[in-house]
Amino acid sequence: MSAAVDSAPIAALRRIGSMSLFFAQLCARIVPAFAKPGLIVRQIYNAGARSLVIIMLSGLFVGMVLGLLGFDTLQRFGSEDSLGVLAALGMLKVLGPVLTALLFAGRAGTSLTSEIGLMKSTDQLTAMQMMAVDPLRHVIAPRFLGGIIAMPLLAATFSVIGLFGAQLIGVQQMGVDAGAFWSQTQNAVDLRDVTEGVVKSLVFGVACSLIAVYEGYHSEPTPEGVGLATTRTVVTSSVMVLLLNYLLTAAFLTKS
Amino acid sequence: MSDSPAKDAYPSPAPAGDAVIEVRDVHYSIGGRKIFEGLDITARRGRITAIMGPSGTGKSTLLRLITGQSTPESGSVRAWGQEVVKMSGRELFALRRRMGMLFQNGALLTDENVYENVAFPVRAHTKLPESLMRQLVLTKLHAVGLRGAAQLMPAELSGGMQRRVALARAIVMDPELLIYDEPFVGLDPISMGVICRLIKQLNDALGITSIVVSHDVHELSTIADDSFLLSGGRVVAHGTPDELHKSDIAEVRQFMGGLADGPVAFHYPAPELAKDLLEGEA
Repeated sequence: MSAAVDSAPIAALRRIGSMSLFFAQLCARIVPAFAKPGLIVRQIYNAGARSLVIIMLSGLFVGMVLGLLGFDTLQRFGSEDSLGVLAALGMLKVLGPVLTALLFAGRAGTSLTSEIGLMKSTDQLTAMQMMAVDPLRHVIAPRFLGGIIAMPLLAATFSVIGLFGAQLIGVQQMGVDAGAFWSQTQNAVDLRDVTEGVVKSLVFGVACSLIAVYEGYHSEPTPEGVGLATTRTVVTSSVMVLLLNYLLTAAFLTKS
Repeated sequence: MSDSPAKDAYPSPAPAGDAVIEVRDVHYSIGGRKIFEGLDITARRGRITAIMGPSGTGKSTLLRLITGQSTPESGSVRAWGQEVVKMSGRELFALRRRMGMLFQNGALLTDENVYENVAFPVRAHTKLPESLMRQLVLTKLHAVGLRGAAQLMPAELSGGMQRRVALARAIVMDPELLIYDEPFVGLDPISMGVICRLIKQLNDALGITSIVVSHDVHELSTIADDSFLLSGGRVVAHGTPDELHKSDIAEVRQFMGGLADGPVAFHYPAPELAKDLLEGEA
Protein backbone atom coordinates (compact mmCIF):
# COMPACT_ATOMS: atom_id res chain seq x y z
CA MET A 1 0.00 0.00 0.00
CA SER A 2 1.39 3.41 -0.88
CA ALA A 3 2.40 5.98 1.70
CA ALA A 4 -0.23 8.37 0.37
CA VAL A 5 -3.01 5.85 0.98
CA ASP A 6 -1.55 5.06 4.39
CA SER A 7 -1.39 8.70 5.37
CA ALA A 8 -5.07 9.49 4.68
CA PRO A 9 -6.53 7.60 7.68
CA ILE A 10 -3.67 8.82 9.86
CA ALA A 11 -4.33 12.40 8.79
CA ALA A 12 -8.05 11.90 9.54
CA LEU A 13 -7.23 10.48 12.97
CA ARG A 14 -4.85 13.33 13.67
CA ARG A 15 -7.56 15.81 12.69
CA ILE A 16 -10.10 14.15 14.98
CA GLY A 17 -7.56 14.18 17.81
CA SER A 18 -6.69 17.81 17.19
CA MET A 19 -10.36 18.82 17.12
CA SER A 20 -11.05 16.87 20.34
CA LEU A 21 -8.16 18.63 22.05
CA PHE A 22 -9.40 21.99 20.77
CA PHE A 23 -12.91 21.16 22.07
CA ALA A 24 -11.46 20.34 25.50
CA GLN A 25 -9.52 23.64 25.52
CA LEU A 26 -12.72 25.51 24.60
CA CYS A 27 -14.74 23.74 27.31
CA ALA A 28 -12.20 24.89 29.90
CA ARG A 29 -12.82 28.49 28.80
CA ILE A 30 -16.61 28.44 28.65
CA VAL A 31 -17.18 29.47 32.27
CA PRO A 32 -14.49 32.24 32.20
CA ALA A 33 -16.00 33.51 28.93
CA PHE A 34 -19.27 34.29 30.75
CA ALA A 35 -17.35 36.92 32.75
CA LYS A 36 -17.83 39.15 29.69
CA PRO A 37 -21.44 38.40 28.63
CA GLY A 38 -21.44 41.32 26.19
CA LEU A 39 -19.06 39.42 23.91
CA ILE A 40 -21.41 36.40 23.85
CA VAL A 41 -24.51 38.54 23.23
CA ARG A 42 -22.78 40.17 20.27
CA GLN A 43 -21.99 36.74 18.81
CA ILE A 44 -25.57 35.53 19.32
CA TYR A 45 -26.60 38.58 17.32
CA ASN A 46 -24.02 37.85 14.60
CA ALA A 47 -24.79 34.14 14.31
CA GLY A 48 -28.51 34.31 15.12
CA ALA A 49 -30.16 37.61 14.26
CA ARG A 50 -28.18 38.02 11.05
CA SER A 51 -29.29 34.54 9.91
CA LEU A 52 -32.94 35.20 10.75
CA VAL A 53 -34.14 36.32 7.31
CA ILE A 54 -32.66 33.34 5.45
CA ILE A 55 -34.00 30.96 8.14
CA MET A 56 -37.51 32.44 8.01
CA LEU A 57 -37.67 32.44 4.20
CA SER A 58 -36.34 28.88 3.98
CA GLY A 59 -38.73 27.71 6.72
CA LEU A 60 -41.68 29.23 4.89
CA PHE A 61 -40.83 27.59 1.56
CA VAL A 62 -40.05 24.21 3.11
CA GLY A 63 -43.32 24.33 5.04
CA MET A 64 -45.25 25.21 1.88
CA VAL A 65 -43.71 22.28 0.00
CA LEU A 66 -44.49 20.02 2.96
CA GLY A 67 -48.08 21.30 2.83
CA LEU A 68 -48.39 20.54 -0.88
CA LEU A 69 -46.79 17.08 -0.81
CA GLY A 70 -48.40 16.14 2.50
CA PHE A 71 -51.85 17.10 1.28
CA ASP A 72 -51.34 15.23 -2.00
CA THR A 73 -50.26 12.06 -0.18
CA LEU A 74 -52.74 12.16 2.71
CA GLN A 75 -55.80 12.84 0.57
CA ARG A 76 -55.19 9.50 -1.18
CA PHE A 77 -56.04 7.88 2.15
CA GLY A 78 -58.70 10.41 3.07
CA SER A 79 -56.52 11.66 5.93
CA GLU A 80 -55.87 15.22 4.82
CA ASP A 81 -57.02 16.49 8.24
CA SER A 82 -53.79 14.98 9.63
CA LEU A 83 -51.69 17.38 7.55
CA GLY A 84 -50.94 19.47 10.67
CA VAL A 85 -49.54 16.42 12.50
CA LEU A 86 -47.32 15.51 9.56
CA ALA A 87 -46.06 19.07 9.19
CA ALA A 88 -45.51 19.65 12.92
CA LEU A 89 -43.68 16.39 13.58
CA GLY A 90 -41.65 16.67 10.38
CA MET A 91 -40.65 20.21 11.19
CA LEU A 92 -39.96 19.72 14.90
CA LYS A 93 -38.08 16.44 14.75
CA VAL A 94 -36.15 16.52 11.47
CA LEU A 95 -36.56 19.35 9.00
CA GLY A 96 -36.29 22.21 11.50
CA PRO A 97 -33.06 21.15 13.24
CA VAL A 98 -31.37 19.63 10.15
CA LEU A 99 -32.13 22.33 7.60
CA THR A 100 -31.41 25.08 10.12
CA ALA A 101 -28.04 23.48 10.85
CA LEU A 102 -27.22 23.19 7.14
CA LEU A 103 -28.21 26.82 6.55
CA PHE A 104 -26.29 27.84 9.69
CA ALA A 105 -23.17 26.10 8.37
CA GLY A 106 -23.49 27.94 5.07
CA ARG A 107 -24.29 31.37 6.50
CA ALA A 108 -22.94 31.77 10.06
CA GLY A 109 -20.35 28.93 9.95
CA THR A 110 -18.52 30.29 6.92
CA SER A 111 -18.69 33.77 8.37
CA LEU A 112 -17.11 32.55 11.64
CA THR A 113 -14.36 30.64 9.86
CA SER A 114 -13.41 33.44 7.51
CA GLU A 115 -13.55 36.06 10.28
CA ILE A 116 -11.26 34.06 12.58
CA GLY A 117 -9.02 33.08 9.64
CA LEU A 118 -8.63 36.72 8.64
CA MET A 119 -7.93 37.71 12.24
CA LYS A 120 -5.20 35.10 12.23
CA SER A 121 -3.72 36.14 8.89
CA THR A 122 -3.61 39.80 9.97
CA ASP A 123 -1.84 38.91 13.25
CA GLN A 124 -4.79 40.01 15.40
CA LEU A 125 -4.74 36.73 17.36
CA THR A 126 -0.96 36.89 17.81
CA ALA A 127 -1.30 40.52 18.92
CA MET A 128 -3.76 39.38 21.60
CA GLN A 129 -1.31 36.76 22.82
CA MET A 130 1.34 39.47 22.96
CA MET A 131 -1.02 41.58 25.09
CA ALA A 132 -1.25 38.57 27.45
CA VAL A 133 -4.86 38.05 26.36
CA ASP A 134 -5.97 34.50 25.61
CA PRO A 135 -7.62 34.53 22.14
CA LEU A 136 -9.37 31.23 22.86
CA ARG A 137 -11.19 32.87 25.75
CA HIS A 138 -11.79 36.31 24.24
CA VAL A 139 -12.42 35.50 20.59
CA ILE A 140 -13.15 31.81 20.09
CA ALA A 141 -15.21 30.84 23.16
CA PRO A 142 -17.78 33.69 22.76
CA ARG A 143 -18.26 32.78 19.08
CA PHE A 144 -18.60 29.10 19.95
CA LEU A 145 -21.17 29.84 22.67
CA GLY A 146 -23.01 32.33 20.45
CA GLY A 147 -23.48 29.61 17.82
CA ILE A 148 -24.68 27.04 20.36
CA ILE A 149 -27.24 29.43 21.85
CA ALA A 150 -28.41 30.74 18.47
CA MET A 151 -29.00 27.34 16.85
CA PRO A 152 -32.04 26.14 18.91
CA LEU A 153 -33.61 29.60 18.62
CA LEU A 154 -33.17 29.56 14.85
CA ALA A 155 -34.45 25.97 14.61
CA ALA A 156 -37.55 26.91 16.64
CA THR A 157 -38.15 29.89 14.36
CA PHE A 158 -37.70 27.66 11.29
CA SER A 159 -40.21 25.09 12.63
CA VAL A 160 -42.85 27.69 13.57
CA ILE A 161 -42.62 29.49 10.23
CA GLY A 162 -42.59 26.12 8.43
CA LEU A 163 -45.76 25.03 10.21
CA PHE A 164 -47.32 28.34 9.25
CA GLY A 165 -46.29 27.70 5.62
CA ALA A 166 -47.86 24.22 5.66
CA GLN A 167 -51.02 25.71 7.14
CA LEU A 168 -51.00 28.40 4.47
CA ILE A 169 -51.07 25.80 1.70
CA GLY A 170 -53.16 23.11 3.44
CA VAL A 171 -55.84 25.27 5.05
CA GLN A 172 -55.90 28.47 2.99
CA GLN A 173 -55.30 26.93 -0.46
CA MET A 174 -56.29 23.25 -0.33
CA GLY A 175 -59.26 23.67 1.99
CA VAL A 176 -58.21 21.50 4.95
CA ASP A 177 -60.36 22.36 7.96
CA ALA A 178 -58.47 24.79 10.19
CA GLY A 179 -59.92 23.36 13.41
CA ALA A 180 -58.90 19.82 12.46
CA PHE A 181 -55.44 21.00 11.37
CA TRP A 182 -54.63 22.68 14.67
CA SER A 183 -56.49 20.33 17.09
CA GLN A 184 -54.87 17.21 15.62
CA THR A 185 -51.50 18.92 15.76
CA GLN A 186 -52.09 19.81 19.41
CA ASN A 187 -53.12 16.25 20.27
CA ALA A 188 -50.30 14.49 18.41
CA VAL A 189 -47.32 16.61 19.40
CA ASP A 190 -46.09 16.08 22.96
CA LEU A 191 -43.14 17.30 24.98
CA ARG A 192 -40.95 14.38 23.89
CA ASP A 193 -41.18 15.51 20.24
CA VAL A 194 -40.23 19.05 21.20
CA THR A 195 -37.37 17.73 23.33
CA GLU A 196 -36.04 15.71 20.40
CA GLY A 197 -35.96 18.81 18.23
CA VAL A 198 -34.30 20.92 20.92
CA VAL A 199 -31.68 18.27 21.71
CA LYS A 200 -30.90 17.80 18.02
CA SER A 201 -30.52 21.51 17.38
CA LEU A 202 -28.28 21.88 20.46
CA VAL A 203 -26.03 19.01 19.31
CA PHE A 204 -25.94 20.42 15.77
CA GLY A 205 -25.14 23.83 17.27
CA VAL A 206 -22.14 22.40 19.13
CA ALA A 207 -20.94 20.49 16.04
CA CYS A 208 -21.34 23.33 13.52
CA SER A 209 -19.90 26.01 15.83
CA LEU A 210 -16.97 23.80 16.84
CA ILE A 211 -16.11 22.97 13.22
CA ALA A 212 -16.41 26.63 12.17
CA VAL A 213 -14.16 28.03 14.92
CA TYR A 214 -11.70 25.12 14.66
CA GLU A 215 -11.25 25.57 10.91
CA GLY A 216 -10.80 29.33 11.29
CA TYR A 217 -8.32 29.00 14.15
CA HIS A 218 -6.27 26.35 12.33
CA SER A 219 -6.44 27.86 8.84
CA GLU A 220 -3.30 28.74 6.94
CA PRO A 221 -2.80 32.51 7.37
CA THR A 222 -3.09 33.19 3.63
CA PRO A 223 -6.05 34.18 1.40
CA GLU A 224 -6.01 30.68 -0.13
CA GLY A 225 -5.80 29.05 3.30
CA VAL A 226 -8.81 30.98 4.60
CA GLY A 227 -10.79 30.05 1.46
CA LEU A 228 -9.97 26.36 1.90
CA ALA A 229 -10.88 26.48 5.59
CA THR A 230 -14.26 28.04 4.74
CA THR A 231 -14.97 25.27 2.24
CA ARG A 232 -13.98 22.62 4.80
CA THR A 233 -16.38 24.19 7.30
CA VAL A 234 -19.38 23.77 4.98
CA VAL A 235 -18.48 20.25 3.83
CA THR A 236 -17.56 18.86 7.27
CA SER A 237 -20.51 20.52 9.01
CA SER A 238 -23.03 19.26 6.45
CA VAL A 239 -21.80 15.66 6.59
CA MET A 240 -21.56 15.78 10.39
CA VAL A 241 -25.12 17.16 10.76
CA LEU A 242 -26.58 14.40 8.57
CA LEU A 243 -24.61 11.71 10.41
CA LEU A 244 -25.56 13.04 13.84
CA ASN A 245 -29.19 13.34 12.71
CA TYR A 246 -29.26 9.63 11.92
CA LEU A 247 -27.61 8.69 15.23
CA LEU A 248 -29.90 10.93 17.29
CA THR A 249 -33.05 9.80 15.48
CA ALA A 250 -32.10 6.18 16.10
CA ALA A 251 -31.32 6.96 19.75
CA PHE A 252 -34.68 8.68 20.32
CA LEU A 253 -36.59 5.84 18.58
CA THR A 254 -34.81 3.25 20.74
CA LYS A 255 -35.60 5.26 23.86
CA SER A 256 -39.30 5.49 23.01
CA MET B 1 32.71 46.46 17.12
CA SER B 2 33.63 43.10 15.65
CA ASP B 3 34.85 42.77 12.09
CA SER B 4 34.57 39.04 11.81
CA PRO B 5 31.46 37.04 11.13
CA ALA B 6 32.78 34.20 13.26
CA LYS B 7 30.73 33.72 16.43
CA ASP B 8 33.68 33.81 18.78
CA ALA B 9 35.31 36.80 17.11
CA TYR B 10 33.49 39.51 19.05
CA PRO B 11 33.06 40.02 22.77
CA SER B 12 29.74 39.92 24.55
CA PRO B 13 28.03 43.19 23.60
CA ALA B 14 26.87 44.13 27.10
CA PRO B 15 27.39 43.24 30.71
CA ALA B 16 24.85 40.58 31.72
CA GLY B 17 23.48 42.75 34.55
CA ASP B 18 22.50 45.45 32.12
CA ALA B 19 20.79 43.13 29.67
CA VAL B 20 17.02 43.02 29.23
CA ILE B 21 17.07 40.41 26.47
CA GLU B 22 19.89 37.91 26.02
CA VAL B 23 19.97 35.47 23.13
CA ARG B 24 22.83 33.00 23.40
CA ASP B 25 23.97 30.36 20.89
CA VAL B 26 20.45 29.84 19.51
CA HIS B 27 19.85 27.26 16.79
CA TYR B 28 16.51 27.16 15.02
CA SER B 29 15.15 25.56 11.83
CA ILE B 30 11.85 25.73 9.97
CA GLY B 31 10.92 22.77 7.79
CA GLY B 32 14.51 21.51 7.69
CA ARG B 33 15.86 24.92 6.67
CA LYS B 34 18.32 26.34 9.16
CA ILE B 35 17.35 29.88 10.23
CA PHE B 36 19.79 30.43 13.10
CA GLU B 37 23.10 28.73 13.74
CA GLY B 38 24.53 30.04 16.97
CA LEU B 39 22.83 33.42 17.24
CA ASP B 40 23.98 35.82 20.00
CA ILE B 41 22.19 39.10 20.65
CA THR B 42 21.80 41.36 23.68
CA ALA B 43 19.35 44.23 24.11
CA ARG B 44 20.40 46.58 26.89
CA ARG B 45 18.19 48.54 29.24
CA GLY B 46 17.15 52.03 28.09
CA ARG B 47 18.67 51.64 24.63
CA ILE B 48 17.25 51.20 21.13
CA THR B 49 18.62 47.99 19.66
CA ALA B 50 18.29 47.58 15.90
CA ILE B 51 18.18 44.11 14.35
CA MET B 52 18.94 44.43 10.66
CA GLY B 53 19.43 42.03 7.81
CA PRO B 54 18.21 41.11 4.34
CA SER B 55 14.74 39.64 3.87
CA GLY B 56 14.47 36.02 4.94
CA THR B 57 17.26 36.13 7.52
CA GLY B 58 14.85 35.37 10.36
CA LYS B 59 14.45 38.82 11.92
CA SER B 60 10.76 38.31 12.68
CA THR B 61 11.50 34.73 13.79
CA LEU B 62 13.93 36.16 16.33
CA LEU B 63 11.08 38.23 17.80
CA ARG B 64 8.94 35.09 18.04
CA LEU B 65 11.72 33.44 20.03
CA ILE B 66 12.12 36.44 22.33
CA THR B 67 8.38 36.60 23.05
CA GLY B 68 8.07 32.85 23.58
CA GLN B 69 5.88 32.20 20.54
CA SER B 70 8.49 29.78 19.19
CA THR B 71 11.02 27.57 20.93
CA PRO B 72 14.64 27.26 19.76
CA GLU B 73 16.14 23.83 19.11
CA SER B 74 19.04 24.71 21.39
CA GLY B 75 20.53 27.72 23.08
CA SER B 76 19.18 30.20 25.57
CA VAL B 77 16.72 33.10 25.31
CA ARG B 78 16.50 35.11 28.53
CA ALA B 79 14.25 38.06 29.33
CA TRP B 80 15.07 40.01 32.49
CA GLY B 81 17.25 37.07 33.47
CA GLN B 82 14.48 34.48 33.15
CA GLU B 83 14.74 31.63 30.65
CA VAL B 84 11.83 32.13 28.21
CA VAL B 85 11.96 28.54 26.93
CA LYS B 86 11.22 27.08 30.36
CA MET B 87 8.24 29.34 31.12
CA SER B 88 4.74 27.95 31.59
CA GLY B 89 1.80 29.55 29.76
CA ARG B 90 0.96 31.65 32.82
CA GLU B 91 4.57 32.82 33.22
CA LEU B 92 4.73 33.71 29.52
CA PHE B 93 1.60 35.85 29.84
CA ALA B 94 3.16 37.57 32.90
CA LEU B 95 6.31 38.20 30.86
CA ARG B 96 4.36 39.61 27.92
CA ARG B 97 2.60 42.07 30.20
CA ARG B 98 6.02 43.70 30.60
CA MET B 99 6.35 43.94 26.80
CA GLY B 100 4.58 45.86 24.07
CA MET B 101 4.78 44.84 20.44
CA LEU B 102 4.13 46.75 17.25
CA PHE B 103 3.31 44.44 14.36
CA GLN B 104 4.26 45.03 10.74
CA ASN B 105 0.62 45.61 9.71
CA GLY B 106 -0.56 47.12 13.00
CA ALA B 107 -2.72 44.06 13.77
CA LEU B 108 -5.59 46.26 14.99
CA LEU B 109 -8.90 44.59 15.82
CA THR B 110 -10.88 45.34 12.68
CA ASP B 111 -14.32 45.25 14.34
CA GLU B 112 -13.41 47.80 17.03
CA ASN B 113 -12.80 51.53 16.65
CA VAL B 114 -9.50 53.24 17.47
CA TYR B 115 -10.53 54.02 21.06
CA GLU B 116 -11.58 50.44 21.79
CA ASN B 117 -8.43 49.08 20.18
CA VAL B 118 -6.25 51.10 22.53
CA ALA B 119 -8.51 50.30 25.49
CA PHE B 120 -8.50 46.56 24.71
CA PRO B 121 -5.52 45.44 26.85
CA VAL B 122 -6.61 47.72 29.71
CA ARG B 123 -10.13 46.25 29.70
CA ALA B 124 -8.66 42.74 29.58
CA HIS B 125 -6.36 43.21 32.56
CA THR B 126 -7.95 45.84 34.79
CA LYS B 127 -11.32 47.00 36.07
CA LEU B 128 -10.52 50.68 35.56
CA PRO B 129 -13.53 53.06 35.80
CA GLU B 130 -14.61 54.37 32.40
CA SER B 131 -13.61 57.96 33.27
CA LEU B 132 -10.03 56.90 34.06
CA MET B 133 -9.98 54.60 31.03
CA ARG B 134 -10.95 57.54 28.83
CA GLN B 135 -8.15 59.70 30.25
CA LEU B 136 -5.60 56.94 29.79
CA VAL B 137 -6.63 56.06 26.22
CA LEU B 138 -6.89 59.67 25.07
CA THR B 139 -3.50 60.48 26.63
CA LYS B 140 -1.85 57.65 24.72
CA LEU B 141 -3.64 58.58 21.50
CA HIS B 142 -2.55 62.19 22.01
CA ALA B 143 1.06 60.99 22.35
CA VAL B 144 0.89 59.50 18.86
CA GLY B 145 -1.09 62.47 17.49
CA LEU B 146 -4.36 60.62 16.88
CA ARG B 147 -6.65 61.74 19.71
CA GLY B 148 -8.98 63.19 17.08
CA ALA B 149 -9.28 59.81 15.36
CA ALA B 150 -10.54 58.00 18.47
CA GLN B 151 -13.93 57.16 16.97
CA LEU B 152 -12.69 56.07 13.53
CA MET B 153 -12.56 52.43 12.47
CA PRO B 154 -9.17 50.91 11.46
CA ALA B 155 -10.33 50.62 7.84
CA GLU B 156 -10.71 54.42 7.74
CA LEU B 157 -7.04 54.98 8.64
CA SER B 158 -3.95 55.07 6.45
CA GLY B 159 -1.18 52.50 6.99
CA GLY B 160 0.91 55.01 8.95
CA MET B 161 -2.03 56.00 11.16
CA GLN B 162 -2.86 52.35 11.83
CA ARG B 163 0.68 51.80 13.02
CA ARG B 164 0.49 54.84 15.27
CA VAL B 165 -2.73 53.50 16.83
CA ALA B 166 -1.02 50.15 17.30
CA LEU B 167 1.85 52.01 18.97
CA ALA B 168 -0.60 53.73 21.34
CA ARG B 169 -2.05 50.29 22.15
CA ALA B 170 1.44 48.87 22.69
CA ILE B 171 2.30 51.55 25.28
CA VAL B 172 -1.06 51.78 27.02
CA MET B 173 -0.04 49.27 29.71
CA ASP B 174 3.30 51.07 30.25
CA PRO B 175 5.60 48.23 29.13
CA GLU B 176 9.29 48.06 30.03
CA LEU B 177 10.25 46.71 26.61
CA LEU B 178 8.83 47.75 23.23
CA ILE B 179 9.36 45.48 20.24
CA TYR B 180 8.87 46.81 16.72
CA ASP B 181 8.52 44.35 13.83
CA GLU B 182 9.32 46.13 10.54
CA PRO B 183 7.71 49.43 11.60
CA PHE B 184 8.65 51.29 8.40
CA VAL B 185 7.41 48.86 5.75
CA GLY B 186 5.07 50.41 3.17
CA LEU B 187 5.06 53.89 4.71
CA ASP B 188 5.44 57.19 2.88
CA PRO B 189 8.44 59.37 3.93
CA ILE B 190 6.30 61.55 6.23
CA SER B 191 4.76 58.59 8.09
CA MET B 192 8.18 56.95 8.24
CA GLY B 193 9.67 60.05 9.84
CA VAL B 194 6.77 60.26 12.31
CA ILE B 195 7.14 56.62 13.39
CA CYS B 196 10.91 57.03 13.63
CA ARG B 197 10.56 60.10 15.85
CA LEU B 198 7.92 58.38 18.01
CA ILE B 199 10.17 55.36 18.62
CA LYS B 200 12.96 57.65 19.79
CA GLN B 201 10.69 59.92 21.86
CA LEU B 202 8.88 57.04 23.57
CA ASN B 203 12.12 55.29 24.38
CA ASP B 204 13.62 58.42 25.91
CA ALA B 205 10.50 59.80 27.59
CA LEU B 206 9.28 56.54 29.10
CA GLY B 207 12.77 55.21 29.88
CA ILE B 208 12.03 51.88 28.25
CA THR B 209 14.07 49.47 26.17
CA SER B 210 13.33 49.12 22.45
CA ILE B 211 14.11 46.42 19.91
CA VAL B 212 13.50 47.43 16.31
CA VAL B 213 13.59 44.83 13.56
CA SER B 214 13.91 46.34 10.11
CA HIS B 215 15.93 46.48 6.92
CA ASP B 216 15.61 50.24 6.53
CA VAL B 217 19.23 51.18 7.18
CA HIS B 218 18.80 54.95 6.94
CA GLU B 219 15.91 55.25 9.42
CA LEU B 220 17.50 52.88 11.92
CA SER B 221 20.82 54.69 11.75
CA THR B 222 19.17 57.86 13.03
CA ILE B 223 17.68 56.31 16.17
CA ALA B 224 19.54 53.10 17.07
CA ASP B 225 22.05 52.93 19.91
CA ASP B 226 23.17 49.37 19.12
CA SER B 227 22.83 47.55 15.81
CA PHE B 228 23.09 43.87 14.95
CA LEU B 229 23.34 42.70 11.36
CA LEU B 230 22.10 39.16 10.70
CA SER B 231 23.15 37.04 7.78
CA GLY B 232 23.43 33.30 7.26
CA GLY B 233 21.79 32.51 10.57
CA ARG B 234 24.15 34.47 12.80
CA VAL B 235 25.27 37.99 13.69
CA VAL B 236 27.89 39.10 11.18
CA ALA B 237 28.46 42.47 12.79
CA HIS B 238 27.30 44.61 15.69
CA GLY B 239 28.03 48.02 17.05
CA THR B 240 26.72 51.53 16.58
CA PRO B 241 25.21 52.38 13.16
CA ASP B 242 28.29 54.50 12.37
CA GLU B 243 30.56 51.55 13.08
CA LEU B 244 28.51 49.35 10.76
CA HIS B 245 28.72 51.94 8.00
CA LYS B 246 32.52 51.90 8.27
CA SER B 247 32.78 48.11 8.36
CA ASP B 248 34.82 46.28 5.72
CA ILE B 249 33.02 42.93 6.10
CA ALA B 250 31.59 41.99 2.69
CA GLU B 251 28.10 41.20 4.02
CA VAL B 252 27.93 44.46 5.95
CA ARG B 253 29.18 46.55 3.03
CA GLN B 254 26.64 44.98 0.67
CA PHE B 255 23.74 45.49 3.08
CA MET B 256 24.60 48.99 4.31
CA GLY B 257 25.46 50.14 0.78
CA GLY B 258 22.43 48.50 -0.82
CA LEU B 259 24.62 46.73 -3.39
CA ALA B 260 22.83 44.38 -5.80
CA ASP B 261 25.55 41.73 -5.82
CA GLY B 262 27.84 40.42 -3.13
CA PRO B 263 27.70 37.61 -0.60
CA VAL B 264 23.92 37.71 -1.10
CA ALA B 265 23.89 36.83 -4.82
CA PHE B 266 21.70 38.74 -7.28
CA HIS B 267 20.99 35.59 -9.31
CA TYR B 268 19.09 32.66 -7.89
CA PRO B 269 21.20 29.49 -8.45
CA ALA B 270 20.70 28.35 -12.06
CA PRO B 271 22.58 26.55 -14.87
CA GLU B 272 24.79 28.59 -17.20
CA LEU B 273 22.72 31.05 -19.29
CA ALA B 274 23.97 29.90 -22.73
CA LYS B 275 23.37 26.24 -21.85
CA ASP B 276 19.89 27.01 -20.56
CA LEU B 277 18.96 28.98 -23.73
CA LEU B 278 20.32 26.32 -26.10
CA GLU B 279 18.40 23.59 -24.28
CA GLY B 280 15.22 25.58 -24.88
CA GLU B 281 15.90 25.64 -28.66
CA ALA B 282 16.59 21.91 -28.79
